[in-house]
Amino acid sequence: MTDGVREKLFLPSEHVLRRTGQRALGLGLVALVVLVIGALFDRERALQGYLVTYLFWVGLPIGGLAILMLQHITGGAWGAVIRRILEALVATFPLMAVLFVPIALSLPELYAWADADVVAHDPILQHKTPYLNESFFVTRAAVYFGLWVVLSFFLARWSRMRDRPDPPSQRRLENLSRGGLLVLAMTGTFASIDWAMSLEPHWFSTIYGILFLGGQVLAALAFSIAIAASLSDAPLLSSSFTPDRFHDLGKLLLAFVMVWAYFALSQFLIIWSGNLPEETPWYFRRLHGGWQWMGVSLIVLHFAVPFALLLSRPLKRRAGALAAVALGVLTMRVVDVYWLVAPSFGSDHFTVSWIDFAALLAIGGIWFAFFVSRLVRQPLLPLSDPDLPELAEVAS
Amino acid sequence: MRNLAAHGLMAEFASAADLVAAAREVREAGYRHFDAYTPFPIEELDEAMGLHHTRLPFLVLIGGILGGLGGFALQYWTSVVNYPINVGGRPLFSWPAFIPVTFECTILAAGLTAVLGMLALNGLPQPYHPVFNISRFALASRDRFFLCVEARDPRYDPVETRHFLEGLDARRVSDVES
Repeated sequence: MTDGVREKLFLPSEHVLRRTGQRALGLGLVALVVLVIGALFDRERALQGYLVTYLFWVGLPIGGLAILMLQHITGGAWGAVIRRILEALVATFPLMAVLFVPIALSLPELYAWADADVVAHDPILQHKTPYLNESFFVTRAAVYFGLWVVLSFFLARWSRMRDRPDPPSQRRLENLSRGGLLVLAMTGTFASIDWAMSLEPHWFSTIYGILFLGGQVLAALAFSIAIAASLSDAPLLSSSFTPDRFHDLGKLLLAFVMVWAYFALSQFLIIWSGNLPEETPWYFRRLHGGWQWMGVSLIVLHFAVPFALLLSRPLKRRAGALAAVALGVLTMRVVDVYWLVAPSFGSDHFTVSWIDFAALLAIGGIWFAFFVSRLVRQPLLPLSDPDLPELAEVAS
Repeated sequence: MRNLAAHGLMAEFASAADLVAAAREVREAGYRHFDAYTPFPIEELDEAMGLHHTRLPFLVLIGGILGGLGGFALQYWTSVVNYPINVGGRPLFSWPAFIPVTFECTILAAGLTAVLGMLALNGLPQPYHPVFNISRFALASRDRFFLCVEARDPRYDPVETRHFLEGLDARRVSDVES
């Protein structure tokens, strides 16, 4: 593999992603200032907005880690073309770990089980204290991030070494991915229970973790498709980002839209059928006081519309059109996380504040700039992957 | 003069790449009534033969929609009209409970439409086909690739078409009796 080809597979210096990354950083820092000002006025609201939007953004590297390991096990050109994008995605875990600190420092203000006054009058919460207590919560979060950072580090490192002389065997990546997927399924489930479900500590749902993970995988796939589409017209990359591969990614996007709908409906149907007083309040709150319209928008815009659009073969084969649908799905992921989490803070009526938008843009802007800074460090395609034979032709 | 008893000319190729290249040439030469036979699916072949349109996806969509409506209607009729039972005080028309069966009926009808529609559009089952009159054609399910230009094509000429096919790297060209 000549260095010349390797050079050309880096993100071109005038590419739109570079500028977007710089602007995102500026926007993120401005939004962060706004958020801090918001916190001075209404500290509780700012913390809540921060937690909700954090739960959306942290889903991108978590979902990306799942897809990255999955494509190492299954193989296929669809995975090879987005592998470097996924590796840049999971390289943002250290940043997300740092951004978790404000949450870890404000547990009593966010979680009822961390508020000693509440627990003192609540026998159920006293019963749950061995699990739901501050030090164990923070320890668990540290373990999740530790495992995710280590997994992503070795996945990215060994994958890059495959392009160098004397590469490690693909088998090593496959074995790491096998164990890693199990670890991710467990840690992802527990993280969603800890960070989101425990906001309403009396309520529980056994499908909650996988519902969260499914949504995170969907978000990461949609994000990767949008990034891949932005790369598809760059010279040299266009021979790899072909309509066939976008077609495959589009089919996967359709499948994960359906998987999300399947999990979401499963949880609803089971709770609706059981009709038990300890389970139904969660849905009751989300189906009244304006929140129900957010729920309806999820059925229509998170499922029905993308489902119908993604049935179209020509749409899946056009990078621009597919990216537009993917960005729509990504937007609806924000709405879904908000609908799942925000009503837990106790408001009977639908409410969204400028502080929420500031938090979304603050975390998102900084996160996206960090993502781009990871993306530009490597060639954008795995040069020696047998699933991308056209790269060998380009090199010779 | 055309040989009216002939089904066409069968060209035999040694590799998938030769066949795809030949199919492209045959199409560019203006032939429209020809078919290719291979031991395994070849993705590029559709495009080389100019086979862009298939009505199957549309049929599957219709089948799926009808299956979904049918499944929903069946449940509505059984639980609301024909045999209403009070289950745990829920309304008779408890649509959330209908969704899984509606979904399954959608998939079932779409899947059956896909299989049966594929067979129908391909004209299957077909007890007799002239291409089997060539003994070597059995190799089409092993390691040879065949392309048959049919006599009903307006451009077909027993002599010229044979020359043309022989010029395309065909291992051999045989007459197919109808």
